Amino acid sequence: MNWSWLPEYAPQLLNGFVVTLLIFSVSVVVGFVLAVPLALAQIGGGWLTRKLAHGFCITLRGIPLLLLLFLFYYGLGSVLALSPGLREVAPWLVRLDAFWYVLIAFTINFAAHEAEVLRGALRAVPRGELEAAESFGLGRFTILRRIWLPSAVLRVYPVLASDVIAQLKATPVAFVVPVVDLMAVAQNVLQDRLLIYEPLLFVAAIYLTATFLVLKFSALIGRLVPQNWLE
Amino acid sequence: MQLILAMQLGDLLPWLHGYGGLLLQGVWRTIYVGLAGYAVGLIIGLSLALWASMGGSWARRGIYFYSAMLRALPELILIMLLYYICGDAVTWLFALLGFGHIEVDGPVAAVIVLGLASSAYAVEIFGAALRAVPLGMVEAGLSLGMSRLTGFRRISFPLMMPVALSGLSNLWLMVLKGTSLVSVVGVMELALAAEQGAGATKAYFTFYATAAAIYLLLAYVSQRLFRRLEQSLRRDQEAA
Repeated sequence: MNWSWLPEYAPQLLNGFVVTLLIFSVSVVVGFVLAVPLALAQIGGGWLTRKLAHGFCITLRGIPLLLLLFLFYYGLGSVLALSPGLREVAPWLVRLDAFWYVLIAFTINFAAHEAEVLRGALRAVPRGELEAAESFGLGRFTILRRIWLPSAVLRVYPVLASDVIAQLKATPVAFVVPVVDLMAVAQNVLQDRLLIYEPLLFVAAIYLTATFLVLKFSALIGRLVPQNWLE
Repeated sequence: MQLILAMQLGDLLPWLHGYGGLLLQGVWRTIYVGLAGYAVGLIIGLSLALWASMGGSWARRGIYFYSAMLRALPELILIMLLYYICGDAVTWLFALLGFGHIEVDGPVAAVIVLGLASSAYAVEIFGAALRAVPLGMVEAGLSLGMSRLTGFRRISFPLMMPVALSGLSNLWLMVLKGTSLVSVVGVMELALAAEQGAGATKAYFTFYATAAAIYLLLAYVSQRLFRRLEQSLRRDQEAA
């Protein structure tokens, strides 16, 4: 085992770690916020909205994340670069950094997964609970914010927690496009120093620690969930 | 034969500038690497689950540790690590036995890697399904003089499969999507075929969108098959 590369690559590794952390946290938070309307559209929307939202979720869940990244960065990126007039109207869109494509791909991927979970959870909330809220004269948005959504989220909390961990474990895939995340730095070491196991094991150890921390944190939050509120 | 067939069938995808054959070969590779990896994973998973149900506490702890470690690591890192380890191990073993230098075939390594990675989830699924089989049923079989193997084959197995099926269906979709990850170590499957076709023709969107549509189709077809399998496994139960 040869670890002499570690001090030299430490700043890059730290940078990569921050990028990975950003991809993870932004995609989880924004993805969850997007999942709520996506789930609601599948429950309460009209025929077309329902089909569209459902199709969107099915499509995104069926495509491997790696291919989704290719499709967004290389596919969509090249289409945007070639579309006439766009360069004058929105030059920033043409030169969009790979980081943003990664962020968008990870976010909508997470949103599609969570919309599926929330759809079932929102349906599982008893009608009586919502009718009671309505009879108190609460508005529709207030009911969603204070009754419907919290009740649904509490029901599927373990599933949500394990999906967040799955999202953390998916982040190294980002290195297939030019984003310098933790995995990309490891890949650099792999190519520059012709080492295979050391950089991979190093990144694996960081991911293991991160997974463990998220697990502990979610268990901590899980303990705040009242135990027998369902009765 | 396979190659010629793929090349000719490639004409069915005329919008790929003659790279349709390459893509179809990739589809074929994805399907068989995925199916073989899944089969390996199920066999290892079922064996370990049975071992954990019969073995002592050390076997159980060891198997739990194996499954937890493999599930805690990101799939991509796990696949890369296992791929290199598997290649080195086989090369070393063959050199030790005096067969000289040997390179492990990419797809074969991919099957082993996907098999090991999916076995960690398969253990959990089969373990839970085994625990759902009423103990009395198994004991009744044993008391009638069935051997443990016959007892498993005719009592536990048929009773646990309907329970395991939804988990197994999810696992298959995971393996199917996971096959795209072996492209990073250079195994030629659908994602890498699309990458090469896209790089050669510069028609990035066309190639990636086609590959995405094929993955979707594979996922859709396999979900339909699993649903049919579930219906036939549950045909004895009352329709809810």
